[in-house]
Amino acid sequence: MYLSREEELLLAGEKGETLRKAMEILVAIGEIYGADRLIPIGSVQVAGVSFKNIGQAGLEWISDLKGRAVVPSFLNPAGMDLRRWKEMGIDPDFARDQEMVVEAYRRLGISDDCTCIPYQVRPGVAAEGDHLAWSESSAVSYANSVLGARTNREGGPTALASALLGRTPLCGYHLDENRRPTHMVVVEQELRGSDYGALGFLAGRIVKDGVPLFRLRDKPTLDELKALGASMAASGSVALYYVDGATPSPPSGEPEEKLSFDRTDIEEVREDHPAEDADMVALGCPHCSPAELARIADLLDAKLVRRELWICTARKIAQASPDVVKRIEKSGARVICDTCMVVCPASECYRKIAVNSGKALAYIPGLVRVQAGFGSTEECIEVATKG
Amino acid sequence: MEFRCHKVAKGCATGQALATREPISFLGNVDPETGMVVDPGHELYGHCIAGRVLIFPGGKGSTVGSYVLYQLKKRGLAPVAMMNLRSEPIVAVGAIISGIPLVDRIPEDLLNIPEGKMVTVDADRELIIVDAPI
Repeated sequence: MYLSREEELLLAGEKGETLRKAMEILVAIGEIYGADRLIPIGSVQVAGVSFKNIGQAGLEWISDLKGRAVVPSFLNPAGMDLRRWKEMGIDPDFARDQEMVVEAYRRLGISDDCTCIPYQVRPGVAAEGDHLAWSESSAVSYANSVLGARTNREGGPTALASALLGRTPLCGYHLDENRRPTHMVVVEQELRGSDYGALGFLAGRIVKDGVPLFRLRDKPTLDELKALGASMAASGSVALYYVDGATPSPPSGEPEEKLSFDRTDIEEVREDHPAEDADMVALGCPHCSPAELARIADLLDAKLVRRELWICTARKIAQASPDVVKRIEKSGARVICDTCMVVCPASECYRKIAVNSGKALAYIPGLVRVQAGFGSTEECIEVATKG
Repeated sequence: MEFRCHKVAKGCATGQALATREPISFLGNVDPETGMVVDPGHELYGHCIAGRVLIFPGGKGSTVGSYVLYQLKKRGLAPVAMMNLRSEPIVAVGAIISGIPLVDRIPEDLLNIPEGKMVTVDADRELIIVDAPI
């Protein structure tokens, strides 16, 4: 791999041990993936924040680092709401450890956004053609597909190394040749709202780490694209997809593989994962946008919840919509920030969680070890409020 | 006997071999507090990887596995060196941040090295020596 003079010095330890190790990480990854050099990046999203996931091991490593991020860098969701953890029933020892993780990242100059939707929280953070080092699967998918930016799905340590060096190996989705569609996916019937999550849940498993190109009847909204990408990244490992007429266009070339889905397939996801008997409901996976929060507030008007209902979003979004949050919480639902039902241990005590998200549907059984039920946003609100 | 290999993480170390034909997910398969393989489904279940030259096809699973290697190293329970057929990012990064010599592109037969055989992994010279003198 070609290294500039400055990169050689960093690798030799001229600027300290932390940066030497960071370079060693990027060079090793670059060699594994055949990169011929490192490139500068615009921003970094750092995964490996929830103490539930990284544990004592991760906390130790992050705490031992000495350095500062040299490009805008922000965190993925943590394992709890950083302010309201007590009322969520989080164990105080966990809370202390989780706070230590976030504080260790802050010391490195990484922003505690704690969200999986940095693109909706920081307008302009990613634009077409920008090279990034993001690490949360749904955000990577959105950045590549909806914004036309370029990022691989970074892991915790590689994202951190990129934050400290402002670089990433030139490989994977940074290169045109890896951005060509591999599968054509056709849906001729109408899709709306959570149908996109169901579609992604089905398509992801088949496409795996391929690049699907969708031909749909209507143009999905940005939130619907968010749901589609998130579910494919979870049930498969799709990091880039195209939707004819809705996302930046793919490089030319007709994909070899062809699939199609119809309404029966979409309905089957709901039938296979009934939500009516859930004892908890959680929305906001990925985190709710302002529009999604407003819609949920409308649906909860004059209603009271009879089951635990979490509405997960980014703190900055909740802070920008205080009236909407108030209206939601009047029902007894909780607007939860900084975390979600998948990475927060407080969701583990339930038997079945009803979700409107294909991503949550894919992750809950394995990561939370409880059942998941799937429904539309309206159906989920109904489950939360019915007698 | 000597074998060529490819350096992934630098260093040189000698120890007793512990080999498996199954990939290892450090998050889940290995207990970071004890260095024991705790997954009943794994071929190495019940073995301790501490101080061994750990030989396996490659890593898998969550990137958090890198941190498990780091924690093992801090507690003195990490392998002294590792050998893979093909290293992937989780093990590569784990070895680098922990300072554990790691090589890949080893001959596939080396996955069958009997337990306890002395092996030297010289990542810097890209050399493996089996039955090395102590």
